[in-house]
Amino acid sequence: MLDDFLMFSFAPMLIGLFIAITCAILGNFLLLRKQALVSDSISHVVLPGIVLAFVVTGSAATWPMMIGAGVAALLSVAFIEVIVRFGRIEPSAAMGVVFTSMFALGVLLLELSDTRNVHLDVQHALYGSLESLIWLDAVGWRSLLDPVALAGLPHELWRVLAVFALVTGAIIVFWRHFVLISFDETFAASAGVHVGLVSIFLISLSAIAAVAAFDAVGSIIVIAMFVCPPATARLLTNRLKTQVALSVLFASLSVIVGILASGYVLRPFGYTDSVSAAGMIAVISGILLAASAVFGKHRLAVN
Amino acid sequence: MFGYNAYLIVSSATVLGASAGVCGTYLYMRKNSLLSDAISHSTLAGLAMAFLLVSALGGNGRSLVVLLVGSTLSATAGLAAVRYLVNNTRLGSDAAIGVVLSTFFALGVVMLSVIQILPIGQKAGLEGFLLGSTAGMLAQDAVLITVLSIILVVVFLVFRRDILVVSYDPIFAQTQGISLRRTDFIVMYGTLAVTVVGLSVVGLILIVALLIIPSAAARFWSNRVEIIVITAAVFGGLSGAVGASVSAFVEDAPVGSVIVLVSATIFVFSLVASPERGLVISLIRKAQSSWRVHLAMGLLSVAENRPIYEEKTRTILQKNGYLRPDGSVTATGQNAAMVALKNEQRWQVWTSQMQAEGTSVDPLGWMKIEHNLTPDQLRSIDRHLFRRDLSNA
Amino acid sequence: MTELTSTEKSPVLRVNGLSVSYNSDPVVYSVNFDIPHGAMSAIIGPNGAGKSTTLKAVVDIQPRLTGQIEIFGQTYDKVRNRISYVPQRASVDWDFPVTVQDVVLMGVYPTLGLLGRVRPMHWAKVMEALERVGMTGFADRQIGQLSGGQQQRVFLARALVQDADLYLLDEPFAGVDAATEKAIVKVLKDLQSKGKTIVAVHHDLTTVEAYFDHIVFINRSIVAAGSVAREFTEEHINQTYGRLVASQKQVI
Repeated sequence: MLDDFLMFSFAPMLIGLFIAITCAILGNFLLLRKQALVSDSISHVVLPGIVLAFVVTGSAATWPMMIGAGVAALLSVAFIEVIVRFGRIEPSAAMGVVFTSMFALGVLLLELSDTRNVHLDVQHALYGSLESLIWLDAVGWRSLLDPVALAGLPHELWRVLAVFALVTGAIIVFWRHFVLISFDETFAASAGVHVGLVSIFLISLSAIAAVAAFDAVGSIIVIAMFVCPPATARLLTNRLKTQVALSVLFASLSVIVGILASGYVLRPFGYTDSVSAAGMIAVISGILLAASAVFGKHRLAVN
Repeated sequence: MFGYNAYLIVSSATVLGASAGVCGTYLYMRKNSLLSDAISHSTLAGLAMAFLLVSALGGNGRSLVVLLVGSTLSATAGLAAVRYLVNNTRLGSDAAIGVVLSTFFALGVVMLSVIQILPIGQKAGLEGFLLGSTAGMLAQDAVLITVLSIILVVVFLVFRRDILVVSYDPIFAQTQGISLRRTDFIVMYGTLAVTVVGLSVVGLILIVALLIIPSAAARFWSNRVEIIVITAAVFGGLSGAVGASVSAFVEDAPVGSVIVLVSATIFVFSLVASPERGLVISLIRKAQSSWRVHLAMGLLSVAENRPIYEEKTRTILQKNGYLRPDGSVTATGQNAAMVALKNEQRWQVWTSQMQAEGTSVDPLGWMKIEHNLTPDQLRSIDRHLFRRDLSNA
Repeated sequence: MTELTSTEKSPVLRVNGLSVSYNSDPVVYSVNFDIPHGAMSAIIGPNGAGKSTTLKAVVDIQPRLTGQIEIFGQTYDKVRNRISYVPQRASVDWDFPVTVQDVVLMGVYPTLGLLGRVRPMHWAKVMEALERVGMTGFADRQIGQLSGGQQQRVFLARALVQDADLYLLDEPFAGVDAATEKAIVKVLKDLQSKGKTIVAVHHDLTTVEAYFDHIVFINRSIVAAGSVAREFTEEHINQTYGRLVASQKQVI
């Protein structure tokens, strides 16, 4: 039982936790800046980015793909800005134009290029493969202290850990900047904060988080973790720091409950197979939101 | 190559594109384009559940009607969830849409994984609804799509004035007895219907594109709603027709993506080339206006003997032959400055003394007043200036 | 503030040949004016006349098409820490999850740097500012629970902790109750008596003479600027607002 957990659930849970917490922390600021759908947009444009990186470099190595996806995310933000500013198109419509077009381009490139030998398809991009991230070297708790066994942990873990460290570090260092541009852009600008630069920084961090997460868990979890835990937390408190802390808590809860539920939900029906863990995590986060939307102490604005 | 099946696909894609263009325009007018994203992602859960339920009962879970009913039900639930969150919590519509689309879609993904586990026959191909798949399209499917699309367009045409008034001025609309609820109901459920109908052709992820892109592209070509609706229908239909035809000829090119990329091409062309609000014309106008303002400001400084601080202003004055490289003013420069000063004085008199409403009307100081006012208006301004000079002297 | 001392020193703020455009439509054009040291100045003009735009151009938020702006004889970014700008109350989301004291504390952010600790001295400043605007009892409230007038007081308190020499306020009296208006004027006059300079976008002609000693009339370009005693005339009001308002001034 314990060995089973360490071998099959430990790594997915850890990876899921790092991803969910990273996305949720950033999601608080996107939510407050009324840019919740930026995560939707980013997670769609990641596909053409990695496909293009694959077509150009001919390999499915991690770094080219992450760079490709990051570039695609920033490009999409630039396109949206141009369409809104020059074309005077509704921002949400402009966003819809850009991310659907780029996603379509990604699908087309994927179908036209020869990707049979690599792990790259649309389904994978959508739901990821959290279940496949197993730790074969695990034999009991002692493995957690055994460097040889630890080396056998899926390499995705180290990647999401690095991104988690980067994002939490950046949030701590630039906390005041993010708060200022989220609350009062005009005051921020007059006080010498480069609003454009800081908001691009926030979006870049989101893109990095989405790209790192996407390979392991797929884009649905990414969107769900960016939006649901912060939204849930917002309905329970009127303090920013509490909101961020609660969002981390809800993100973690979604991952743990989601992974456990995915393994056991079909047991009563006589099946021992797991359902999609990524999907289950997102569903749990949605259930948490639904609960706080109905019962949350601060679900309504005061005025 | 271009057989019977291809004709079916091309004709349904065309009809679908046109009706999505019409519907999308009204959605755009209600500033709710991305609502379609929540609606379309919510269909997956119902689709999978309907398949599961009907198959478990021994029926044909893959029948288009079954799947359409299932997706309609879950999309309705998704729509209701978005509306609940927007109306009953402090969350904005962006957050509500994000929450609903990710959660409902995730539920669909869980259901799909359940279907994979259960021993149900004929489960292949359900994922075709993600990105659209027309391989097995039947004549009856095409008829269904066409009939539903036409009904939709007719409904929109019947209520077009109500939707227009509500979008432009909701409060006025209510005083006119136009129900906000009813028009919003029509727009939202119209979107839902297009989404569900379009699932099998372009798939749930890309149907959003057909609802948003043609109408956004059409916005570049007119300011009149009727024209925008027709243009959006043409753009949508064209995308469907060209996209479906191309994908019939090119092996491995998925229909949905090609259709979306055709519409994206139309959008980019509109964005760049639109004569009213296109990129090219905007940049030209901006440069022209900057040039004119610098010129006018420079000449005023010359006329009033104030120093010119800006390099760009000096350069522009030099290029017009008003300033010598050493900074001294030429004879034509003096003349032009006097003309500019007179122009400015006339505008000031007009905006401050003559014009009936002083607020928010452009005192277009950098434009030639002769082009904007009638000769008798100009004469009355000059009489005023003359009297003022007399009394000052 | 007498006429004499204000002409002795060079102006605190000098705007020269300013024009600003959104896309290709100029909003303000040929704006020239000076604000003397120690003045309490009103920027007056009809809606859409470019009052806020001019103020934003002064604090470098709004890119300018032409023109030069000197503050204390320097460009804005060199004297940023001597200037406090109070945006329009309506420009922010008051549903934001912060408390009154959090917002006021934002006034010291620029001096704290990235990771500088918030010290008791900073909190003392915040509390003092809240006391000056009469909001001591509200420090721990969520900002969404405040009335319009109270929100404006919070913004003013945030400006006070910045300890500036020049205060630029965009519509500080818009949508506030009478008591708040009085309280704000008192704080501003107090600042003026300490030698600070104040510029406020204002729209109520009836209170100009009571509150201000300097005035800038603007309607897309400058109509007149100078001391209230000399320039606040019917002719200038007419010129700024057109003939319609002229008759209203007679009623006043």
